Amino acid sequence: MSEPISALKMAGFDGLARVEDCGLQGMITLRGDLSARAVKSAVTAATGLTGPKQPGPLQIVSGKSGSAAWMSPDEMLLLCPYGETGSVLAAMQEKLAKVHALAVDVSDARVQLQVAGPSAREVMAKLCPLDLSPENFQPGTIRRTRMAQIPAALWMVDEATFRVICFRSVADYAFNLLKTAAHPESGVGYF
Amino acid sequence: MLILRCPYCGVDADETELAPGGEAHLKRFGPGSGDDDFHDYLFTRENPRGVHFERWRHAHGCGKWFHAARATDTLQVFGTYPAQTSEPPKEVLALIRAARPGWSWREFA
Ligand SMILES: [Zn+2]
Repeated sequence: MSEPISALKMAGFDGLARVEDCGLQGMITLRGDLSARAVKSAVTAATGLTGPKQPGPLQIVSGKSGSAAWMSPDEMLLLCPYGETGSVLAAMQEKLAKVHALAVDVSDARVQLQVAGPSAREVMAKLCPLDLSPENFQPGTIRRTRMAQIPAALWMVDEATFRVICFRSVADYAFNLLKTAAHPESGVGYF
Repeated sequence: MLILRCPYCGVDADETELAPGGEAHLKRFGPGSGDDDFHDYLFTRENPRGVHFERWRHAHGCGKWFHAARATDTLQVFGTYPAQTSEPPKEVLALIRAARPGWSWREFA
């Protein structure tokens, strides 16, 4: 078997914020009726989150063994340690055997980036058509949006740290974009 | 800049997060209908200066199709609603009547 490597080989950049490749991340896309019992128990199997704790619209929630992010009315993204993706997926398939739903390992189709530092909000706000003010965007919220010319999903892990997921095929573009937005001479000081 | 609220995820989505899908509520004519009906289904479109009903897709967001009622001249948005309907909801029509007395669009007025 070949050695898995992340899209940007852990590249990093220090500017207004630190931009870095987060490395390998297990990601499972789940599609189906999110209110169905079997689907809920598949999410529980993957993350440890029981039904009422699972994310509603625009939410991302962490459980004992992983995180669940609401992607659309019939889609969730589940995050787990990269090496456990296979076994987590198998546990989910067991729960989903009798319902019309789909769970797929997309870990190697994506890249996860981190933007961290006091100016992280500003760096992200330069690239996305979102209201990223502290009143409107806080840890716990996830948004799928556009980052310059590419689709991206972003959320905050704490007050000064964003995580961004993009398609692996545009990882280089995404990294360069964030580097440009985080250029030390490009501060705006809006937030 | 046009901002539409996606009825599925509830976010106020910037125009650049959306993909336009043309006119809403087109009626498809099936087997047994005439060439003229099919011609109109394929080619005849409204192009109003004023109230219009459109399809949009939250392409960079939840990915869902929805409908929007808006004015093309002022960009006033009267409402957005799910795609699984063949005509505008009554509340949206009421808002348009209040804002634009005398308006009409296809069979709606
Ligand atoms: Zn949406």
